[in-house]
Amino acid sequence: MSKDNPSQPSAAWAASYEEEPSQAGVPPSPGGMTALKPFGWAKDNLFNSRLNTVLTLICLAILWFAVPPVVSWVLLDATWTGSSEACREAVGACWSVIVVKHRLIFFGTYPFDEQWRPFLACGLFVAMLGVSGVRAFWRPWLVGAWALVLVGMGVLMWGGVLGLTHVPNDKWGGLPITLMLSVFAIALAFPLSILLALGRQSSLPAIRSICVGFIELMRGVPLVSVLFMASVMFPLFLPEGVTIDKLLRALAGLTLFTAAYLAEAVRGGLQAIPRGQYEAADALGLGYWQKTWLIVLPQALRIVIPPIVNQFISCFKDTSLVTIVGLYDLLTAATVATTDPEWRPFFAEVYVFAGLVFWIFCFSMSRYSQWLERMANRYNRR
Amino acid sequence: MSKLVQALNSARVRGWLYQALFVSGTLAVGWYLVSNTLTNLGKRGVATGFGFLKREAGFEIGESLLTYAASDTYLKALVVGLLNTLTVSAGAVILASILGVAVGVARLSSNWMVGRFAAVFVETVRNVPLLLQLVVWYTIMNRLPSPREAIEVLPHIFLSNRGLKYPVFVEHAGHGWAFLALLLGIAGAIAVVRYGRRHREATGKPFPTLPAALTSIVLPPVVVFLASGAPFAFDVPVMAGFNFEGGSSVSPEFTALLIGLSVYTAGFIAEIVRSGILAVPHGQTEAGLALGLSPAKILRLIILPQALRVIVPPLTSQYLNLTKNSSLAVAIGYPDLVSVTNTSANQTGQVVEAVAMMMVVYLVISLAIAGFMNWYNRKVALVTR
Repeated sequence: MSKDNPSQPSAAWAASYEEEPSQAGVPPSPGGMTALKPFGWAKDNLFNSRLNTVLTLICLAILWFAVPPVVSWVLLDATWTGSSEACREAVGACWSVIVVKHRLIFFGTYPFDEQWRPFLACGLFVAMLGVSGVRAFWRPWLVGAWALVLVGMGVLMWGGVLGLTHVPNDKWGGLPITLMLSVFAIALAFPLSILLALGRQSSLPAIRSICVGFIELMRGVPLVSVLFMASVMFPLFLPEGVTIDKLLRALAGLTLFTAAYLAEAVRGGLQAIPRGQYEAADALGLGYWQKTWLIVLPQALRIVIPPIVNQFISCFKDTSLVTIVGLYDLLTAATVATTDPEWRPFFAEVYVFAGLVFWIFCFSMSRYSQWLERMANRYNRR
Repeated sequence: MSKLVQALNSARVRGWLYQALFVSGTLAVGWYLVSNTLTNLGKRGVATGFGFLKREAGFEIGESLLTYAASDTYLKALVVGLLNTLTVSAGAVILASILGVAVGVARLSSNWMVGRFAAVFVETVRNVPLLLQLVVWYTIMNRLPSPREAIEVLPHIFLSNRGLKYPVFVEHAGHGWAFLALLLGIAGAIAVVRYGRRHREATGKPFPTLPAALTSIVLPPVVVFLASGAPFAFDVPVMAGFNFEGGSSVSPEFTALLIGLSVYTAGFIAEIVRSGILAVPHGQTEAGLALGLSPAKILRLIILPQALRVIVPPLTSQYLNLTKNSSLAVAIGYPDLVSVTNTSANQTGQVVEAVAMMMVVYLVISLAIAGFMNWYNRKVALVTR
């Protein structure tokens, strides 16, 4: 355990250099002068006590044994193009399965020649998400723009107008399903959740207990059971002859489920409003709805934006559960891709790829929500 | 007329009116749905009610804590499913807590590299859907080598595509007695701790609580174990033909679910632990040092009690989430409550009853855990003036 082994600090320094750019949200390490004094930095942060020296050496050993095989699997020995035979001969990852199957993974069973439509729809959607992230664009027109984009997505996906062929929604699959389900669920759940949260805070016992009952029921049961209920019981709820399709049923289940969780987030915001605000509104002679609409909600909803984004992330991840009730989302599509006998051995590549797609969406949104929270705190601190 | 207007303007009367409207609206919608459901069920010729629970289930369940056969009733099948849910949840809660606390502490490590390792772990598992992780673990379990080429993870513990095989003690009456002695020892230890605290508060003198409690826990079972002749035989899994004989095993489904749930939840627990520890101001540590307490005592007496107050509520809700997430077992074929309910509902057509029962069971579990959380919260809540 000699501290002055020259090779260790420099290796640590090399490792640190690779990972540095990714830690935007992490407070600067106490070493501070990273760029100037790598050796001093390593001494302060990696070898500052006997325990830490041991831990650093263990970590380095793990990296030493893990990184070369991973790099050679992912990059050096990987097959990027060609047939499954080429893959079977190679020792590394078989990325050609992604090249061959990416259309299936992203768009499921959507007619092959029309797949530019879901591609365009997803592109529109992601662009809209990006636009919504900019605070300067948080204006009323954004809601209108979203409505327009959603209509546009619907037209693209369904077709039947403007010379586009009609594609029934049991042919939809992959990423568009994941994106649309999560956004529609959040968008529909949001107004419902506000009503539920207001109901839960209401002074009228009957309304309060019904809202509490609904929220606690939904939060107490797993999403899988809600989806089962939606897929098998909704058809029973409806009068004879009325049917709703599988996608809408799953969406309804997801919406009710999300609304309950969102309602609790909104309630947090309502409770954070100082009592004086309510009393001031009463003193001005505002009625309940005026008070709620003009005084309470504008303040409460600003507080709950970060929790709403977090709820959106978990809703996004939860949409993968619709595979259980037989919808064709990104995860189902990936699983289907792994069942092709020709490419069966290369399941790891497909799952790594699908996981990466989910990860990119979730990670960027969670970083965004952390940034929002910091912004909100800075605003409050002044 | 004016009296009516006056009454309508009174907040109390209007409150009643709104409530009456709301309740009757809810009831009307509920009645509409129920009557539609009854009509639809009637058309399909499905009898309503819970009579089906007493009928023969007719399907096998892969793994069960109770002895179960296809000729048993639906009720028993559902109980088996519930026990499976509880088993996998309990196991995953323990594993996730251990892993989560370790990772959470590692993220705060003064060692930069350890902190980065933990951060990468947390950001990876939290941002990939649990279902995907479960499917991956399950696929890995399924594509492990066959029992003949099983991987020996630890001596006599084998991992193959048939699951995890491990040695067990050969059953002996002495074990039961030793376990009983252990329970008694734990009860004794609790009494010792209480007495020690009272003694210290009354006299101001330290009491050797820890050694005394440890003795009380360890000594009785060891003595009983030795007195009963130290029955120390293992039933070791041995390769015989195409599969193992002897030992005990868990299925690949259970293993995948256990690992997946633990790893996923550990990512969340790690963040909770980290924020809990960060919530204790550094001044508290410094004050402890100024009082001359040792670092271990500072952690035990000053940091942990305050951090736990922040940690326990979200931690409980993570445990709750884990239990609910165990329902994803249905996707990889582990016979948990949801999966058994689903099979029963498909076979009998009594979807409404089955789904309702499943929801009630989960609700009861949730409310029980929530009740514990509220009790604990009240207990540790900061007593303010």
